[in-house]
Amino acid sequence: MAYPLQILVNMSFSFLATFGFALTINIPRRALLLCGVSGMSGWMTYWWLMQLGTGRMIANLSGAFIIGILGIVFSRVRKMPIIIFNIPGIVPLVPGAPAFQAVRAIVDGDIDNALRLTMKVGIVISAIALGFMLAQLVSVLTTRISNNKKKRQMEQTL
Amino acid sequence: MDDKYVDFVVDTCLAAGKIMIESGSEMYRVEDTMHRIAQNAGVQSARVFTTPTGLFMGVDKTGSVQIEEVKERVINLEKVSRVNDLSRQFAAKLISLEELRDCLEDVDVNTAEYPLWMQAVGTAILSSTLMVLFMNDYDWYDFIPAAIIGTIGFLTFYFAKKFVNVRFLAEMLAAAVLGLLATAAHTINPAMSSDAIIIGSLMVLVPGLALTNSLRDLFAGHLLSGIGRGVEAILTAIALGGGVGIVIRFLGA
Repeated sequence: MAYPLQILVNMSFSFLATFGFALTINIPRRALLLCGVSGMSGWMTYWWLMQLGTGRMIANLSGAFIIGILGIVFSRVRKMPIIIFNIPGIVPLVPGAPAFQAVRAIVDGDIDNALRLTMKVGIVISAIALGFMLAQLVSVLTTRISNNKKKRQMEQTL
Repeated sequence: MDDKYVDFVVDTCLAAGKIMIESGSEMYRVEDTMHRIAQNAGVQSARVFTTPTGLFMGVDKTGSVQIEEVKERVINLEKVSRVNDLSRQFAAKLISLEELRDCLEDVDVNTAEYPLWMQAVGTAILSSTLMVLFMNDYDWYDFIPAAIIGTIGFLTFYFAKKFVNVRFLAEMLAAAVLGLLATAAHTINPAMSSDAIIIGSLMVLVPGLALTNSLRDLFAGHLLSGIGRGVEAILTAIALGGGVGIVIRFLGA
C-alpha cells in the first residue's frame, strides 16, 4: 500500500477505534472528539517510532507520554477529569495481539514462546505506565514553574 | 458543629466516593474529592481510607466513622465526570450540602448511558479498525467478520452479565462465543484468519486499561487498590484466555 495511504488509514482507524471504545464506556458527549484525537496522536507516535526502529518499549512509552500530555491539556481546557481522555486514548496501544498470541502459545503447549510473549506484554504495559508517569512529572513541573512565576510577579507588584 | 451535621457531611463524602470507585476513577481522585467536599463543608481533619472494595471515613475528635461497601466495579466515566462537576459547584458555593447529597443520588441512579445499539456500533468500529492496526498488514479480508463477531461477543457479555452474578464467568462465556464464531468463519472461508478476528473482537473485553490503571495506582503509592485492581485484571485476562483457549483446543483449530 502506498505510504500516504498507510498514514491516512492509520490516522483514521486509530481515531475511530478510540471513538468506538469511548462509546462503550460512556464518555460524556462533549469529550468524544477529543478522546479520538488523543488516541490518534498516541497511536501515530507509536507507529512512526516503530517505523524508525526504536523498538517496542520506547515507542509505547512515547505514545503514552503524548496521550498523558494531551490528557492534561484537554482536562484543563474542558475542566474534566484526566482519565476521561486517558483511558480511551491508550486503547490502540494496549498489547492485545501479543496477549492473545501468548494465550495461543499456552494452548498449543509451547511454553517457551508463551513466556516470551507474556514478558513482552508485561514490558509494554510497564512502558505505558511509565509514559503516563513522565507526563505527570512534566505537568507537576510546569504548574510549579508557573506558580513560582506568578508569585514573583506578585512580589514585584507589591 | 454538632454531630448530626458531621455525620451528614461524612455520609455525603462517602456517597461521592462510592460512585467514583464503582465507575472506575483513580484512587487519588476519589480521596481528593472526598477531602475537598469535607473541607468545603467546614469539616477539617477528615480521614479517608479507600480500597477497591470498600471505603472508610472518619473525622478527628468526633465519634463519626462510617463505612461504605463497593460491590460492583465498571467503567462509566460519565458518572466520574458528573461527580467531579458537582464537587466543583459545591466548592464554588453554587449548591448547598443538601443539594449536593440529592444530586449525588441522582447521578447514581439516573446517569444516562449511550443506547445499546450505539455501544454495539462502537464495538464494531473498535474491533474492525484495531484488528487492521494490530495485524499491521492491511488485512481487509477480516474487516467485516471482525466487526460482526466483535459486536456479538460484546452483546453476549452484556446480557450474560445480567444473568450471571460472577463477572468473570460472563467474560469467559463471551470469549468462548468469540472463539467459536471465529473458528467457524475460518472453516467456512479459509482465507479468513481466525487469529486476526479473535484479536480484533476481543479488544473491547481486554483488561489492558485495568492493568495500566493498577500499575499507576501502585506507582502512586496506593498499594492496596493497585494490587486489588491488578488481580482483578489478571483474573479477567485468565477468563478471556481460558474461554478462547478451550474452544481452540476442542476444535483443534
